[in-house]
Amino acid sequence: MVQLTLPKNSRLVEGKVWPKPSGAKETTEFKVYRWNPEDGINPRVDTFYVDRGDCGPMVLDGLIWIKSKVDASLTFRRSCREGICGSCAMNIDGTNTLACTKGMDECNSGGAVKIYPLPHMPVIKDLVPDLTQFYAQHASVEPWLKTETRAPGTEWRQSRDDREKLDGLYECILCACCSTSCPSYWWNGDRYLGPAALLQAYRWLIDSRDEDTGKRLDDLEDPFKLYRCHTIMNCAKACPKGLNPAKAIAEIKHMMVTRQF
Amino acid sequence: MRTPLGQVRGLGAAKSGTEHFWVQRLTAVANLPLTLVFVGVVISLAGSSHAGATATLGNPWIAILMLLFVLSGVVHMKIGMQVIIEDYVHHDLCKLLALMANTFFAIVIGLAAAFALLKISFGV
Repeated sequence: MVQLTLPKNSRLVEGKVWPKPSGAKETTEFKVYRWNPEDGINPRVDTFYVDRGDCGPMVLDGLIWIKSKVDASLTFRRSCREGICGSCAMNIDGTNTLACTKGMDECNSGGAVKIYPLPHMPVIKDLVPDLTQFYAQHASVEPWLKTETRAPGTEWRQSRDDREKLDGLYECILCACCSTSCPSYWWNGDRYLGPAALLQAYRWLIDSRDEDTGKRLDDLEDPFKLYRCHTIMNCAKACPKGLNPAKAIAEIKHMMVTRQF
Repeated sequence: MRTPLGQVRGLGAAKSGTEHFWVQRLTAVANLPLTLVFVGVVISLAGSSHAGATATLGNPWIAILMLLFVLSGVVHMKIGMQVIIEDYVHHDLCKLLALMANTFFAIVIGLAAAFALLKISFGV
């Protein structure tokens, strides 16, 4: 059955409360999930106080400040710090989002900024989830142009209208906020491809230049790969880029039905 | 030791699911008017005698609509429950048994309801 409670060694215990920075005029409390696979201790939630006068306004700024000034062992992914690489996806204030585009002042769950790794994924350390399966799911939809017609000397041509069909799809940065917010993905992530991979699948299904549409649909026609989506819509709510994977999945289902009649 | 891509591909696509998806929506649409008719019939029979009920369900139109309600409702119920089992029951043997039990239950309920309806309708 679905596991509704955490196994014993995953239950949260009291964490360390780190001292407030001396001389800080304004601080923001951060409650951060910590887990180290090497110390054999259960996960804990540490409390930090970030000096707002000494760092930028975003949650990622606060995390970088903590790593630089308080605890260098705090582990998280980050790269572009402007919402385009998708590295710093984590659960902040109860919602999956990017730490670099989420302002500290936007978090309002009782004053503290609560930060956990993306839900229901194996944790490598602290805020770093293991996304191996997530990336493999993306690879499984073969996200590249597939054609049999001989390649033209220049580019494959596409009308403006057809190009516009890719808007709202190509912008996905594969941060995994959507898939890891989806209860269906939590319960059946081993067989359900999840909203991110399916959004990318649709991005190639709807591409007028692609010649493999039927085969792509064949590969998705499965009670688990595609039809585990129950239109819960968490994906659309979580997406930090404002995309709508649920709509893309509905369009795939529509294509599946359309080719039956 | 299997590669992540190998794990994700698993046994491949079952090449099914669309039929279920379509029938679930089809029966959902059918259930809307049929449920209204069913509720209407139940209200009209409130306080009625057995003879009154037999007379109402003896009307072929009402009997056919009630049979359609049973058929559509049972198919919808069976598919819906199957989805829930597939979602939440992950032990292979338990899942198989639950899916079988679900099918048997739907058939028994459907046939029993249809039999009762026909019996009353024909006034046997």
